[in-house]
Amino acid sequence: MSDPRRIVLPLTDEMVAELRAGDRVLINGRLLTARDAAHKKMVALLQQGGRLPVDLKNQVIYYVGPTPAPPGRVIGACGPTTSGRMDAYTPALLATGLKGMIGKGFRAPEVIEALRRHRAVYFAAVGGAGALLSRCVKAAQVVAYPELGPEAVHELIVTDFPVVVINDIYGGDLYREGRRQYAVHQ
Amino acid sequence: MGFLRTLDCQTVVEVTSRLCREANFVLEPDVLSAIGQAKEREVSPTGRDILAQLEDNASLAARDRIPICQDTGLTVVFVEVGQDLRLTGGSLEEAITAGVRDGYQKGYLRKSVVGHPLVRENTGDNTPPVIHWRLVSGDRLKISVVPKGAGSENMSALKMLKPAEGLEGVKQFVVDTVSVAGPNPCPPLVVGVGIGGTMEKAALLAKEALLRPLGSANPDPVLAEVERELVDRINALGIGPMGLGGRITALAVHVLAFPTHIAMLPVAVNLNCHALRHKTAVL
Ligand code: SF4
Repeated sequence: MSDPRRIVLPLTDEMVAELRAGDRVLINGRLLTARDAAHKKMVALLQQGGRLPVDLKNQVIYYVGPTPAPPGRVIGACGPTTSGRMDAYTPALLATGLKGMIGKGFRAPEVIEALRRHRAVYFAAVGGAGALLSRCVKAAQVVAYPELGPEAVHELIVTDFPVVVINDIYGGDLYREGRRQYAVHQ
Repeated sequence: MGFLRTLDCQTVVEVTSRLCREANFVLEPDVLSAIGQAKEREVSPTGRDILAQLEDNASLAARDRIPICQDTGLTVVFVEVGQDLRLTGGSLEEAITAGVRDGYQKGYLRKSVVGHPLVRENTGDNTPPVIHWRLVSGDRLKISVVPKGAGSENMSALKMLKPAEGLEGVKQFVVDTVSVAGPNPCPPLVVGVGIGGTMEKAALLAKEALLRPLGSANPDPVLAEVERELVDRINALGIGPMGLGGRITALAVHVLAFPTHIAMLPVAVNLNCHALRHKTAVL
């Protein structure tokens, strides 16, 4: 297992080109959060020819629905949610310049294909490590759709937020490769 | 007939509230030690690293009293009511519901319940819980709070097999369910399996099976053997911690069985992530 590499957002095409399935990465900078409701709104807006409330160019979206921040804390537990629920919306967002997503679990073949076409990556964070990941979040604020409450789009400032590359632009897929490597044929 | 023991519903509210918070903040020792043992046995370095992160996460959550996982679940509550117990000061169901509301509010837990499955508006307080009742002998009240996250619940499955498919059919269905789920339910998993009864009985058995302490043997020797084989076959899939590849996909498989009809063989598989949260109190 190689040492993790540290990257500072925004995510450029050159940075994306260097990331390979299986790479461990520590993310620094500004992440945007969005889950089902915000995705639905953003894609509906794009279909009507509207402009998104936040520019997604070179941005990374984190699929998360944190617990409420207790007094004196920036955020509550904040591990990734299942990415597959966002699959239907993802290609449209990638077309606007989104460069990365963080979640957990399988992506649909159309999303994997769209990652190659738009040169973007899919990362996974450790599901169920919400307390640990909350320590990487230094600031959080709502930047769009406040009416969605916990599902509003937030901006999170993170330091050394640990993720691993699942799908890269070369067709690499850690879920497939990792499983193949450790499967025991009986 | 002697005097009935009485219990005030306000006590039930307070205890349920505390159980909701404790279950979400503190992983039980059996789950922690299963994760520790998995770390010893995992051959994948990435897998070991993830298991170590899960240990760190659990100790941070307990120390800082923040949730182990942000999906603090739909609150499943198993209640055993002693038939000789008399409850005063309100309805038991309302008391448990009020306890969930209080616990999720005071504990800064996420409110993840929608009031109608099709209209989908958040109820704002994580109620109602899903309560499973059981009337038992004695004069005690046992409450187990089991918050259940969507990631693993969504990958659970139930199938009505033909009796001719037999034990091999059952095993194959369990292994297939875990295989299809892959990384989604946050492995390493605890796999609850319910065999027999009717459709809903099998589902309930599968959920109840999750409550047996990890590391304990199944008292039924036939089922104990089935569990051993299933753990091996699941771990041979190579899914590993978080689905990144490895030999520990299941921490344990727990099976419960119940008599069934001559023409039926129901099997339910309830997947639980490594964040197997539950807390029990006996009043
Ligand atoms: S499956 Fe479990 S560990 Fe994973 S996000 Fe859901 S509740 Fe948390």
